[in-house]
Amino acid sequence: MSFITLKNVSHTYFSKAGYTRAIEEVNMTVEKGEFIAIIGSSGCGKSTILSSIARLLEPTKGDILVNGNPIHHEKPSIGYMLQQDYLFPWKTILENILLGPKINQSLDNLAVEEARNLLKEVQLSHTEDNYPASLSGGMRQRAALVRTLMTNPDILLFDEPFASLDYVTKLKLENTVSDMTKQYHKTTILVTHDLGEAISMSDKIILMKSNPGKIAKAFSVPEVLRKETPFFVRRNPAYQSIFDEIWNHLNDDPSLTAERRTVIEKGK
Amino acid sequence: MKKENEKSLYSYYLKRIKKEKRHIFIWQISIFLLFIALWELTSRYHIIDPLLFSSPAKVISLLSEKLIDGSLLKHLVITLGETLIGFFIGTILGIGIATVLWLSEKTAKISDPYLVILNAMPKVALGPILIVALGPGYLSIIMMGAIISVIITALVVYAGFNDVDDQYQKVLKSFGASKWQCFKEAIFPATLPTMISTLKVNVGLSWVGVIVGEFLVSNNGLGYLIIYGFQVFDFTLVMLSLVIIAIFAALMYQVVEYIEKWLMKHTH
Repeated sequence: MSFITLKNVSHTYFSKAGYTRAIEEVNMTVEKGEFIAIIGSSGCGKSTILSSIARLLEPTKGDILVNGNPIHHEKPSIGYMLQQDYLFPWKTILENILLGPKINQSLDNLAVEEARNLLKEVQLSHTEDNYPASLSGGMRQRAALVRTLMTNPDILLFDEPFASLDYVTKLKLENTVSDMTKQYHKTTILVTHDLGEAISMSDKIILMKSNPGKIAKAFSVPEVLRKETPFFVRRNPAYQSIFDEIWNHLNDDPSLTAERRTVIEKGK
Repeated sequence: MKKENEKSLYSYYLKRIKKEKRHIFIWQISIFLLFIALWELTSRYHIIDPLLFSSPAKVISLLSEKLIDGSLLKHLVITLGETLIGFFIGTILGIGIATVLWLSEKTAKISDPYLVILNAMPKVALGPILIVALGPGYLSIIMMGAIISVIITALVVYAGFNDVDDQYQKVLKSFGASKWQCFKEAIFPATLPTMISTLKVNVGLSWVGVIVGEFLVSNNGLGYLIIYGFQVFDFTLVMLSLVIIAIFAALMYQVVEYIEKWLMKHTH
């Protein structure tokens, strides 16, 4: 039995102007401790999948199962990291990181100690009393990562967390995230535009096509690459072959690289 | 050598800033003195009617006379007290209403036309009704100071609540936060700057409400002194009251500004 199972999941957004089908008949499974990357052009419903696993929205059709039970029964704890860090500017770094425990009412000395240890691990100990505005983009995203890990979530959801960073910072952060998810054996789903990032971090890559969002193909990342850190994956010869494989697939099917086209169907 | 040079440039830069500041202050003082001198002279030589416009010398001598017999202090304390209480009631009630509207979208939608009408209505026109309902005393005057700012505060703060970036709530909801927790952790603190700027507006509004209230009912307070002076044709008394109101309204504004600076410094 898989840890997470999506069974024929479809979601339609309704608005006054009509309705938009975001995802259609999505089927996928995620094993415990697995790192999955979802790639595809904008409008392919990547974020909709994350939001439905995070229980921020209920899909209009289909089932999401965790350990074989409906997700709203199982209520797995979620760590959701967004494209921007969304650290709260009026809270210090330490206060930001303790937000999860505060919300769950499990804020105690142990949690504070845990937060300090995690901060040390991402080299941010010296910033715990600073406000986010005084930190660089990479530092802020590292703090956001610690905030996400603080509640010891069952599932980590990353919605393009490196998209707003410069290249060097991005590569460094990929390593940090990869190390930490492996170290804590986290089940992770990463949404990204970046094919290289997907290959270098994940065990399995799911390619989606848009309008409406459907799974086009799933690729398994070779075992040799899975063990490497993201930085070294990019230098491995096996990296180029899987990159080419996915790249050719993208070029053969024009619907995969189509620009977002918001299809609004008028209700009767 | 170079360091030496930078140092002297820096001290030159500081001196220039200081000089400019002094320059501006001299201008400000000169304009004030010029205004007073012009007022005094034109009044003394009957270019303006001294009976209608009084003169600085007369205002000052009346001020010292009223300070010695203690009657001014009594009026000032009453008006100041009414204004402060009205200001706090109006602001707190306004923010309270905005909170209820945010917590229940349905309430907000239902009450929308009523709020629009109440906001468009000139609040001082309600004066006579308030006096009939609450009696011709301090209570009606305080309520005048409060109702004048409550609706506009509610509308502005509610709009501020809705302007807060949804992603902050997404972060909290992924930790399983309730609507109230979202309000407490994200919506309210993010809207603090908006609330402070409504405070600044409300300071002025409360003075308007209270002075009009005193015009209508009171036999005490600065508004009463203005009306009394007007009725007995003692425009020196009217001018004196205006000067005192100007000074204390400006002081209240300064206090709010000080609070704003303190808050911004300690939360960002």
